[in-house]
Amino acid sequence: MNIVVCVKQVPDTASERTLSSADSTLDRDSADALINELDEYAIEEGLRLAEAHGGEVTILSMGPQRASESIRKALSMGADKAVHLLDDGLAGSDALQTSAAMAKVLGRIGFDLVILGSESTDARMGVLAAMLAERLGVPQMSFASKVEIDGTAISIHRLADYGYDKVEAALPAVVSVVEKINEPRYPSFKGIMAAKKKPVETLSLADAGIDPAEAGLAASATEVVSFARRPPRQAGTIVSDDGDGGVKAADYLVAQKFI
Amino acid sequence: MAEILVLVEHSGDAVKKVSFELLTLARKFGEPAAVWTGPGADDGRERLAEFGAAKVYVAAGEEFDDYVVAPKAELLAALMADKSPAAVLVASTAEGREVAARLAVKTSSGLLTDAIDIGEGLVAEQSIFGGAIVVQSRVRSGTPIIAVRPNAITPETAPAAAEIEQVSVQISDAAKAAHVTERVVAERSDRPELTEASIVVSGGRGVGKAENMALIEELADLLGAAVGASRAVTDAGWYPHQFQVGQTGKMVSPQLYLAVGISGAIQHRAGMQTSKTIMVVNKDQEAPIFELADFGVVGDLFKVVPQMIEEIGKRAQS
Repeated sequence: MNIVVCVKQVPDTASERTLSSADSTLDRDSADALINELDEYAIEEGLRLAEAHGGEVTILSMGPQRASESIRKALSMGADKAVHLLDDGLAGSDALQTSAAMAKVLGRIGFDLVILGSESTDARMGVLAAMLAERLGVPQMSFASKVEIDGTAISIHRLADYGYDKVEAALPAVVSVVEKINEPRYPSFKGIMAAKKKPVETLSLADAGIDPAEAGLAASATEVVSFARRPPRQAGTIVSDDGDGGVKAADYLVAQKFI
Repeated sequence: MAEILVLVEHSGDAVKKVSFELLTLARKFGEPAAVWTGPGADDGRERLAEFGAAKVYVAAGEEFDDYVVAPKAELLAALMADKSPAAVLVASTAEGREVAARLAVKTSSGLLTDAIDIGEGLVAEQSIFGGAIVVQSRVRSGTPIIAVRPNAITPETAPAAAEIEQVSVQISDAAKAAHVTERVVAERSDRPELTEASIVVSGGRGVGKAENMALIEELADLLGAAVGASRAVTDAGWYPHQFQVGQTGKMVSPQLYLAVGISGAIQHRAGMQTSKTIMVVNKDQEAPIFELADFGVVGDLFKVVPQMIEEIGKRAQS
């Protein structure tokens, strides 16, 4: 089975994140960068499925040069090889363009299964799996908390507010995973050493057959008009519990007309 | 006046509150036209009328519930071609965003998600990076498709005709590729839905063990609130995953958010920072959650919360 796991490098949620004052895109230099957390669950699921059913796991990442660190980490977890879509012309792409570029590459490298994290911690749109499924014309198996493969049949539990849906489809398919699905492994020392020798193919826009006129900020279907730091919340009233903390809390609820 | 298509979220004939919020917002920009998928529209229609739907496009087929997302996107794409709306609004829920995503691809239209308001020129306001930055964004190609965060807008009534127009759309085989074979409904409580609730009471690591979440539930029920949990709690298995509030969980912005035993890691703050009023109970006065608190009690939650429950009980009687 040919499994492709899509990996995005994101700014660390623990560091101060902001937008660039020049073009209102993500300021990638201001924060530490790491692999999008949910993508680690996607990698883990890809590795487990490959271990159970045979096959290869390819990492696909679109991003600047620095994203190669995240690609190495994915390889050190056990993926076999990687493709890095790397071109300055991609900077500032929105979800629509990103999905178009990724679909182009996926079409080129081929797949039985594409696995993604259900959203990234930076943009938090949660739309890429749906967009890829639409563009590639394959079943959308998103928000999976469980994935099972049987021959060419795939079934998932799709997480919903009320519980979950059991969903069935035939491969090839696009799957996105939620964190409930597994516990990602840590790279072993052996894995880290092995990752250094694993092949990473770098593709430019031209290599991938993407029209530069359709990529990047200038051609984006959406734009940031302006942004501002949210003013800090006004300091509130903090009381210590001297045996009447619950009473004071109830007083506040009454004063604010919540009860 | 151009129409604004609003995709209605409903469960049977019960329309979800977010749909009234979308209709309220849509009225600012054109004539709201609700889009109803599956059965139940005849009964749901009245509520849509109350909140200003001039029309209700109804596609009653079963396929909208039987297949993942794609049929709804096909329906909306057909309506967009037919009615040339000025914009399409959906709820910024997991499903709403996915419908919007496929629609955006089909119609080469820009998509903005998680809007907390929409202003003149259909410029959407978004709160990003855990609420640290407020962004104004707009769509510049195609028809703007905007997913609006539930609970961000106050629904206002404005009676309209809600004239039903049946729509028949042939859903393609391609849209029926992911087949929903069973709907597994977890034990349902009578509590309001987390993202729609006007009050949310959440428990964190300080709660200590699964059984103690009952205390959070008791306080929540007294306030008619939804129950939330921090990631520490859902990761530990003390409370089901779907109630997680935060970076990798639900985004909530209730009128009142009550954080109990939650330290307020960025992971959690990202999901609740836009709440109107924030109350905190935590024994560690250095906990970062206090920075957000409108009112905070530094103390042992196992003393403070039971006392709150008792006091609220008393006051409710008086």
